[in-house]
Amino acid sequence: MFKGLTSIMYKETFHILRDFRTLFLMLLLPVMDLAIFGFAIDLEVRNIATVVYNLDGRQQSRELLDMFANSGYFTFEDVVLSDAELERAIVRGEAKVGIKIPPDYSDRLLRGESAQVQVLLDGSDSTVAMQALQVINAIALRKSIDIISESAGLPGAFPIDARPRVLFNPDMKTPYFMVPGLVGMIMQSVTMLLTAFAVVREKETGTLEQLMVTPVSRLGLLLGKLLPFAVVGFIEMVFALILMRVLFRVPIAGNVVLLGMFGMIFVFATLGMGLLISTMAQNHMQAVQLALLIMLPSILMSGFMFPIESMPKPLHAVAYVIPATYWIRILRGISLRSAGFADLWDQGLWMLAIGIVVLSIAVSRFRKTLA
Amino acid sequence: MKTAIRTENLTRRFGSFTAVDGVNLEIEEGDIFGFLGPNGSGKSTVIRMLCGLLLPTDGTAEVLGNDVVRASETVKHSIGYMSQQFSLYPDLTVMENLTFYARIYGIPRRDRRARIEEVIAGAGIQDYRKRLAGQLSGGWKQRLALACALVHRPRLMFLDEPTAGIDPVARRELWNLLFDLSGQGVTFFVTTHYMDEAERCSHVGYIYYSKLIVRGTPNELKQLEELSPPGTVRLEVRCPRLPSAMRVLAEKPYVSDVTIFADSLHVLAEQGSERRIATDLESAGYPHAQVISIPPTLEDVFVTLTQRRKAV
Repeated sequence: MFKGLTSIMYKETFHILRDFRTLFLMLLLPVMDLAIFGFAIDLEVRNIATVVYNLDGRQQSRELLDMFANSGYFTFEDVVLSDAELERAIVRGEAKVGIKIPPDYSDRLLRGESAQVQVLLDGSDSTVAMQALQVINAIALRKSIDIISESAGLPGAFPIDARPRVLFNPDMKTPYFMVPGLVGMIMQSVTMLLTAFAVVREKETGTLEQLMVTPVSRLGLLLGKLLPFAVVGFIEMVFALILMRVLFRVPIAGNVVLLGMFGMIFVFATLGMGLLISTMAQNHMQAVQLALLIMLPSILMSGFMFPIESMPKPLHAVAYVIPATYWIRILRGISLRSAGFADLWDQGLWMLAIGIVVLSIAVSRFRKTLA
Repeated sequence: MKTAIRTENLTRRFGSFTAVDGVNLEIEEGDIFGFLGPNGSGKSTVIRMLCGLLLPTDGTAEVLGNDVVRASETVKHSIGYMSQQFSLYPDLTVMENLTFYARIYGIPRRDRRARIEEVIAGAGIQDYRKRLAGQLSGGWKQRLALACALVHRPRLMFLDEPTAGIDPVARRELWNLLFDLSGQGVTFFVTTHYMDEAERCSHVGYIYYSKLIVRGTPNELKQLEELSPPGTVRLEVRCPRLPSAMRVLAEKPYVSDVTIFADSLHVLAEQGSERRIATDLESAGYPHAQVISIPPTLEDVFVTLTQRRKAV
C-alpha cells in the first residue's frame, strides 16, 4: 500500500535541499510577512483626523474640545469657519470627523439647559466611524455626568460601578490577537502551495507520467511528497512562533510542546489540502488560483480577523471546515490563555479529522492514469 | 516464440475524437517493432494504453500475457517506458536519478549498486555520474533516460521517439545499444519518424489517422502490391534541376507518381518506359538523364499508402 514511499521521500528531500532559492524564500518570506503584517494590522483606531467649527469659543467649549483631544482618538487637523468648509473637509477626506459647537453652547450650559453639539462622521470608513461614535458618546456622557453631579452636589461615585477586568491581554494589544492568527495564515499558505507545486511541477515536466509507469503506489507517492514538506512546515512554524515571541512579545503562556503537537496536525491538514489542489490543477497557474480559493475564506472566515459568531449562520459551515479556524483557536488558547490539552483536544480532533478526509479525497482522486 | 504484445480492436476516444481506432497488433518477444505514422496519428496514445497510462475505450490489449487494464500493476514491473519528452529530474544527478528508479522498482539494496553500474556501462554514461541531469546535452539525456528505464531489467521497452532532436552520431549509438539489448532478448516497441531507423526494425507498423494501415517486416511491406501495381516499375532518375524535371515527368501519361528523393527522382511508371523517360527529358531540355530500376524504400511505402488514403 505504501510502495515507493521512502524512495519518493528521499528524492523529494533532494529537490527541497537543492533548490536554495525556494528554500530561502520558504523560510524567509513568512518571517517578512509576519513582521510587516504584524506591525501594520492594528484594529485599534487612533488619531482620527478631526476638524472643528467652534462658534462659541468660550471656556466651556474649549474644555469639551480638550476632552476630545486628550482621549487620544482625535487629532485636530484644522479649525474651520463655516458649515460649508466643515462639510468639504469631510468630503475631500481630509477629516473623518467634524465637530460643530453652536454659539449658545456655554450659555445653555450655564442656564442649566441642554446644549447641542453637532458631530459629523465619515461613514465611508465604517470601522473608523464606529469607533469614533463610541468614543464621542462616551465623552458626551462623561461630560454630562460631571456637569450634573457638580450642579447637584453629588459625590463622584455612581450607583453601579462596573469594574471590567480584561483577562489574558489586559492592555488589549492588537498584536496579541492578530499575530497568532497571522502565524496560522502564513504557515497555511506556504505549506499548501509548496506541496501543490511539488506535484504540479511533475505534471508539467512529464516526470509524473514516468512515475505512473512504475509500480509506485498512490499512497506511497502522495505521502512521500507530503512528509518532507511536513518537516518544512514544522520548521516554518517554529520560526514563526519564535518571531511572534521575540518581535511582538506575544507571550506563550501555555505548554509549548502541546502547541507544537497541535501545530503538526495543522500542518498535516494544510499539506493534505495542497495535495488535493495538486490533483485538480494541471499547472502552477491553476494551483495558485485554487489555493486562493482556500486562502481567502481562511483569512476572512477563520476568526482570524472577525469573530465567527458575527457571521451569517450558513457561513459558519464554511468556517468549520477550514483547519485554520481550529488552529487559530488553539494558538490563541495556548499562547494567551494558557489552555491545556483538556481544553483544546476537541479542536485538535476536528483538525485531524479534516486532514484525514482531505487527504483521503486527494488519494482517491489521484489516478495512475492520464485523463 | 511467445507473444509480447497482442491487441484486439484497441480503441481510444477523447470525447468525439477517435485517437486510436480498432488497432490489431501482434508483436513477438525479441522483436524490434517500429511504429510509424504522421504526428497526431495516435502513436503515443497506443503506447500509453499499452503502458497502462490510458484506459482503452474499447478493445483489449495484453502485454507479456497480462491484460493492461485488469493487471496494469503487474505489467508495470516488467516494462520500461521512455516518453517523448525528457522526463527525469533535472535537479538530481545522473546517479541520483538512477538510484531513485532502482529504489522505486524495489530492487533490493544489495543488488542496487551492481544493477546501476550495469546500466551505466550499457548506456556509456560512466563519466557523468555526478552531473545534474538537466545539464546533460540531448544525446546524453536520452542515454540516461534509457538507463533509468532499464534499471529494473524490463522484458519489454516502449520508446516514444527516442531519437527526436539528437544528432546522427548519438542516434546511431542509441540504436546500437538497442540492438545489444535486443540480442539479450528484450522486446522493443519504438516510434520514429526516421526511415533509416524503420529499416533497422525487425517489424514495422504504419498508423495513419488513428488506423493501423499496414504491418509486417520491412521487406514484406516493400513487396506490397498496392505499392508496385502489376505492369509498373519503380525507377530512379538522375538529372539536373530536379524540381522542374519533376513537373515535366508528372504530366506524362505513363507516369503514375513522381517524388524528389535527395539528389534524384523516384518515379513509378509503366513497365518498359525507361527509354521514354530519358528521351522525353532530353527533348524538354534535361540531357543525359540516368534511369535505373530500383526496389521501393520504406519511405515509398508510407508515402504511397498515405496518398492512397488521402485520395479515398
